[in-house]
Amino acid sequence: MNINLTMIGQTIGFLIFVAFCIKYVWPPLVGALQERQKKIADGLAASDRASHDLELAQKKAADELRKARAEAAELVDKGNKRAAQILETAKADARSEGERLITQAHALIEQERQQARDALRAEIATLAIAGAERILETSVDPKVHSEMLDKLAAEL
Amino acid sequence: MAGESTAAEFIQHHLSNLTYGRLPEGHVRPDGTVVEQVTWSIAQSSTEASEMGFMAFHLDTLFFSFAMGAVFLGVFGLAAKNVTSGVPGHLQNLVESVIDFVQDLTKNTFHGNNPMIGPIALTIFVWVFLMNSMKLIPVDYIPGLTSLMGFDYTNAVPTTDPNGTFGVAIGVFLMIIYYSCKVKGFGGFTKELSFTPFPHWTLIPFNLFLEIVGLLTKPFSLALRLFGNMYAGEVIFILIALLPFYVQFTLQVPWLIFHILVVTLQAFIFMVLSVVYLNAAHEHH
Repeated sequence: MNINLTMIGQTIGFLIFVAFCIKYVWPPLVGALQERQKKIADGLAASDRASHDLELAQKKAADELRKARAEAAELVDKGNKRAAQILETAKADARSEGERLITQAHALIEQERQQARDALRAEIATLAIAGAERILETSVDPKVHSEMLDKLAAEL
Repeated sequence: MAGESTAAEFIQHHLSNLTYGRLPEGHVRPDGTVVEQVTWSIAQSSTEASEMGFMAFHLDTLFFSFAMGAVFLGVFGLAAKNVTSGVPGHLQNLVESVIDFVQDLTKNTFHGNNPMIGPIALTIFVWVFLMNSMKLIPVDYIPGLTSLMGFDYTNAVPTTDPNGTFGVAIGVFLMIIYYSCKVKGFGGFTKELSFTPFPHWTLIPFNLFLEIVGLLTKPFSLALRLFGNMYAGEVIFILIALLPFYVQFTLQVPWLIFHILVVTLQAFIFMVLSVVYLNAAHEHH
């Protein structure tokens, strides 16, 4: 338990250790700690910002969706109206076309009937002449009587 | 404990330091030779070590304390060299938790503006802790090893040597004086010593006496507290080592577990008090 130069040696050693620690040990370690603290703080701020951005984006997306839906509904509505219109027009066209066709067919039928009647008339005239020839047993000059026969045919 | 005849000698032997010191002319050494001129030599007995007086070194104290200092700076320096602000490794984690602990403490205790206080506190805490930790090694291991190497005396715990604790305390004391003068100026520091606690010129001598005693008390309280605790603990360890080997563990284990606490606590107290004293040195009254 003697007090001696050891004490001074110990003091010198202590001061050297402190100096070394101040110069080489403390600054890089504390610097790293502070840097990490800053990184974490930045990270937290970034995540806050990101969640805020996300919220905004979600709101915007919902808005867009609603707008798109409204637009789609409008388009469907318009489409429906247009389809109805087209259908209406088509129906009208079809009706008029049908009527036209019917009229045409009527005309055709009338025409054919007329032709048939004319043909029949001519046939009847010929038959009548032949009949008359038989009845009279004489030769009748067709040229002389054709006028009279035509008149007869026209009366049929 | 081979070679010891009595318990008292065993204890004394364990607490004697390996002393290298100056022997005066005409000194008779324990082996009978007479010193013809002033020589520096390793003391052959504890009596001779104390006869060397102030001009001597405790080689074991210096060796183990500097070795612990090297361990501290080595480990922390290695961590500082490979430091990253990204994901820390195992070593960096350990070192960072110690640094965080010291930083928290200095932030709460130290109100001055001095970036040196952190590294000072860290050095004190870790170094004193490592020196104290030497006592967790069984008392006969290191002296047994060094006696094989030819050294008769070894005290492996630097803080059970008052020179060890006073050395650190004097270092802190010098810092107190340095920062007092730096912050307040030499005049301001002198004025503070002269005019507190009684601000009247007739009481200057009384004030000076009180303040200087108060100032000198600081290193004494630091050094003696640590020394007393460590020395007492070591004596108990040595006493336990005197018991028959088959019962030693019944006392040694609880005492050792208790000393895990004491070792840390004393290092912590030494650091806190140093920071408190340095804080006082930075404050204006």
